Amino acid sequence: MTLSPSRLLAPLVVGLLGLALWALVVDVLGIGTFFLPGPGEVVTALGESWEPIRAAFWVTAVNSLWGLAVGAVLGVALAGVAATTRLFDGMLGPLVAILAVVPIVAIAPLLYTMLGTDQETPRRIIGGIAAFVPVFINTLRGLRQTTPLQRDLMRTYAAGPVQRFRTVTLPVAIPYTLTGLRLAGSLAVISALVAEYFGGVNNGLGSAIKNAATSNHARAFAYVGGAIVLGLLVFAITAALERLAHRAYGQHLDHRRKR
Amino acid sequence: MIDDGKATVTSDSPSTTPTSESGDEPATPAVSLAGVTKQFASKQGQVQALADIDLSVAPGEFVSLIGPSGCGKSTLMRLVADLETPSAGTVQVFGKTATRARKDQDYGIAFQQSGLLAWRTVADNIAVPLELHKVSRRRRQERVAELAALVGLEEFTGHYPDQLSGGMQQRVAIARALAEQPRLLLMDEPFGALDEMTRERLQTELSRLVRKTGAAVVFVTHSIPEAVFLSERVVVMSPRPGRITRIVPTGLGPDVVRDEVLRESERFYELVTEVREALHARPGAGS
Repeated sequence: MTLSPSRLLAPLVVGLLGLALWALVVDVLGIGTFFLPGPGEVVTALGESWEPIRAAFWVTAVNSLWGLAVGAVLGVALAGVAATTRLFDGMLGPLVAILAVVPIVAIAPLLYTMLGTDQETPRRIIGGIAAFVPVFINTLRGLRQTTPLQRDLMRTYAAGPVQRFRTVTLPVAIPYTLTGLRLAGSLAVISALVAEYFGGVNNGLGSAIKNAATSNHARAFAYVGGAIVLGLLVFAITAALERLAHRAYGQHLDHRRKR
Repeated sequence: MIDDGKATVTSDSPSTTPTSESGDEPATPAVSLAGVTKQFASKQGQVQALADIDLSVAPGEFVSLIGPSGCGKSTLMRLVADLETPSAGTVQVFGKTATRARKDQDYGIAFQQSGLLAWRTVADNIAVPLELHKVSRRRRQERVAELAALVGLEEFTGHYPDQLSGGMQQRVAIARALAEQPRLLLMDEPFGALDEMTRERLQTELSRLVRKTGAAVVFVTHSIPEAVFLSERVVVMSPRPGRITRIVPTGLGPDVVRDEVLRESERFYELVTEVREALHARPGAGS
């Protein structure tokens, strides 16, 4: 799928209209100036605080990507274990259900107390927990998508377990894993941000937003802008990977969707 | 549909009559089933899928299994393929156990669905069994080219399965089944999902391929004309429990050319009628 002009134009128009409305309400009509800065102010703040925003951006980016990487690796590995051994599947199932509902807001201060407030590790752990769940669930589902017919064929070829995995199971599962990774990407960013917001080292976009929120609204919004860019970037990369995987391995998946 | 084209009836001379190959030695049957019984456990208790099956298929012989749904014809084929194990009785393939024969790759197999891997091209799909059995890349390419030509798909080797019609996908599946030159082909309603035109064309093609390769075939179908057209013997089965009720010899040996003339012949109609009557002879066997 390529980006047609209309597909590109539509959101652009919506964005510009939103900006215009924002400017009209705050800057021209002067409504709510004391709690909402105008777009002009935010842009000014963005220019003034460019360096600190960039620094905070990188801190959060590194935290998110650490979380994403660790969560994804563990998710794939444990899904592999769960797919091969029914016992482990039974053991891991409830554990993953618990991880899926862990309140990040509550666990962040806890981890800071346990591991120290001068560390980035708690934030990465939280990002990792958030990323782990969708990767695990989707990979496990993918590993179970081989059809009885495919299994029969592999059996008639007298294929060993490793051959069967390489020839059928893995190619079928890869698009699912990457769907999980796409979901995990956004979650890892949000979780790292939230973890930064709730304490620890005074860096990263999360901390910066908290600090600026009480003193300088325009600057806080500028940091939020940085967070949005980071989120979009991670989403774009993981979504591109997902699309590549579907194109390479998953024609059958696309079919199922069209029906 | 881009299905039409290549494959029409070719009149290649029957190069090797399959029986002559094994003529000097006492011919071991390609398939031999003795006292075979199969029970499945289900919610309603044990289900008797097959009872007392005795059947022998000679090398190079084309045998169809026909019967209503639930008569166990697919199960019977799956027993030969070692995809199921019999509850009692023995299954032998070229004198070996079914398991040994499967491990030795003594048969090629095709199902109603092609089972092609969507992420592999036609060529790479045909090559799957060769790849799994460590055939060298060069040899693989040669063999895939041969097979693609054999089923009339040489121009489509770079295509992906979802770019092909159902009939073409089944041809790929048949090429894949023939990849390792098996002396036995097991086919479970391979044309069952195709339209009548494609179906008849593929029947003609299959008979040509089988004559060329000299392989024995166990062919599961629920189409009477299909069974008669292709087979030397039609095995008629009845359900609950699955039994062989009659075996109709067609007198159409491997050398009889399968074409439109045969399809429209008096003899063909007589055979179709005979098989139909055999199918309906048993209570519960009607459609």
